[in-house]
Amino acid sequence: MDWLAILNNTAQSLLSPATMAFALAALGLAMHFGFAGLLNFGIAGYMAIGAYGYAISVLVFGFEWWQGILVSLVASVIFSLILGIPTLRLRGDYLAIVTIAAAEILRLLFLTTAFGDITGGADGLSGYHNSFRAANPFPEADYGFGPWTYNSVELWVLVLGLLALVACVFVLLLLMKSPWGRVIKAIREDEDAVRALGKNVFAYKMQALIIGGIFGSLGGVIYALPSSINPGVYVTSLTFFVWTALLLGGAATVFGPVLGAVLFWVLQSFLSNVLPELVTSGVLPFISSIQASTIRFILVGVGLMLLVIYRPQGILGDKKELTFVK
Amino acid sequence: MSSSAKIPGKPASKTTGLHIGEIRPGVSKVDPIVTIDGVSRRFGGLTAVDVEHLEIPRGAITALIGPNGAGKTTLFNLLTGFDKPDTGSWSFAGKSLAGIPAFKVAQMGQVRTFQLTKALSLLTVLENMKLGAKDQRGEKLLYSLFSFLWKVKEVEIEAKAMELLKRFKLDAKKDDFAASLSGGQRKLLEMARALMTDPVLVMLDEPMAGVNPALTQSLLEHVLGLKEQGMTVLFVEHDMHMVRHIADWVIVMAEGRVVAEGPAEEVMKNPAVIDAYLGSHQDTDLGTITGRITLPKGKK
Repeated sequence: MDWLAILNNTAQSLLSPATMAFALAALGLAMHFGFAGLLNFGIAGYMAIGAYGYAISVLVFGFEWWQGILVSLVASVIFSLILGIPTLRLRGDYLAIVTIAAAEILRLLFLTTAFGDITGGADGLSGYHNSFRAANPFPEADYGFGPWTYNSVELWVLVLGLLALVACVFVLLLLMKSPWGRVIKAIREDEDAVRALGKNVFAYKMQALIIGGIFGSLGGVIYALPSSINPGVYVTSLTFFVWTALLLGGAATVFGPVLGAVLFWVLQSFLSNVLPELVTSGVLPFISSIQASTIRFILVGVGLMLLVIYRPQGILGDKKELTFVK
Repeated sequence: MSSSAKIPGKPASKTTGLHIGEIRPGVSKVDPIVTIDGVSRRFGGLTAVDVEHLEIPRGAITALIGPNGAGKTTLFNLLTGFDKPDTGSWSFAGKSLAGIPAFKVAQMGQVRTFQLTKALSLLTVLENMKLGAKDQRGEKLLYSLFSFLWKVKEVEIEAKAMELLKRFKLDAKKDDFAASLSGGQRKLLEMARALMTDPVLVMLDEPMAGVNPALTQSLLEHVLGLKEQGMTVLFVEHDMHMVRHIADWVIVMAEGRVVAEGPAEEVMKNPAVIDAYLGSHQDTDLGTITGRITLPKGKK
């Protein structure tokens, strides 16, 4: 077995655009579920809006890369409004059903050939990089060391992703330490009590939905920045992978989603490397190496179950503050 | 309990002369704070509330009593905007409340507590209190990001919260999660939190339910204290001792209607009330009704 290659690949995922995209999306979910108690199962939809919003505005409308990001964020706000106005007045589980359906509708709209000219249909979108790469402040060279060696384009994506992540973490920290955060946490527990104290609960929930949505769509942009957009990515299982990352780190924490996303990707890439190797070297009998690489998804499922049962508050969470669903 | 639950040195004097004219259900008040006209609420075939006319006197403690299912809590929900009546109009301090959402009603100074206490158990006691304060800039999304915009107000709120917590003897618990409080302490916290909003009308839904006798006394004192500070109190309660002791005015509901109202002593003598609420066995020992205990003759 080639342990060096395995460890190298695993180490790379510590700092990759996908990890940062997941961290951003999980941060959005932390806002939604962890702090405001909104059961959003449509985070993949928000990520799709981020990715497609960016690519379409660059490809179709010829926008600059930063304008494309702004379009994505505005689109996610509109999506939150459309989603929230009819559903936030209802009980929490309705939001869960509506968000999962809305994310699927979005994905199918992006997938259908009817809008193929704009969305690229099943092929997805690519080749939207010119404006972004032209703005790259790093001169052509190799940066970093060992597994963390990047060319200037990769570095530019990473730096932008890190900046976005740090900004979002900072904003969430400030928000949750403020009186606004206090109202949000109170709403998570009992809406009626907050309403009885004269707070407009609906407006607060809408604000939380919008902010978390912005984080999620920013995650989608970072996910799309390095290469291309494939509609097959933004499926419901992406939502549940982000949920796994969130619950792993701790839903009602600010740093938990970031830690969770990193651990999730490190584990994923470790398993996807080590399991086929184990088959080739005869340690794992009865299965082919292709089967072995999908076993990791089964392990993710099992891990998620164990997590919810034995450590619902996640790694960084305080059990007193959040044990799964109230 | 009935004689000991007074504010020390100050007998709890009842407010009298609240009504105009002959006492009957729906009698006009000298200075009503809440006026209800023709309000009804149906759940399917059941008429939960059907009140022709009712006025709640300002600056007094009014008790709302009645058997289970009489519509007391539904009336509470209607008054506070948590539920909408099918017909009728109702106003608070001269302003119509039709179509006003619950949070705006609360902002107008009409604050309520709940039958099942809603202490926010995963917030600390102090955070619970701070949540109650009105007009916080820091609760606005854009302001909240800049702590220098709301720090001053936060300090003010905290001082006010601590003062109230001291009054309710919860100051030692300020940093504990509300979940760690006992049932009675949660009732106290809910009441104290309601007071953070500087209310005009305090509506308490069964403030004594599940509270042990030792705490009952201090809760009673707090309710009386509210009146002394110029607030109007409306409460739902099953504990007749409490009603007799602190209520200036009693409204009796049965099957959604107001069947009687008046000063506590007089209402309790009303045959309609005894029938509807206290039941024909009101002076009978429970053991006699169930037939499990035979009491000596003469004691009934």
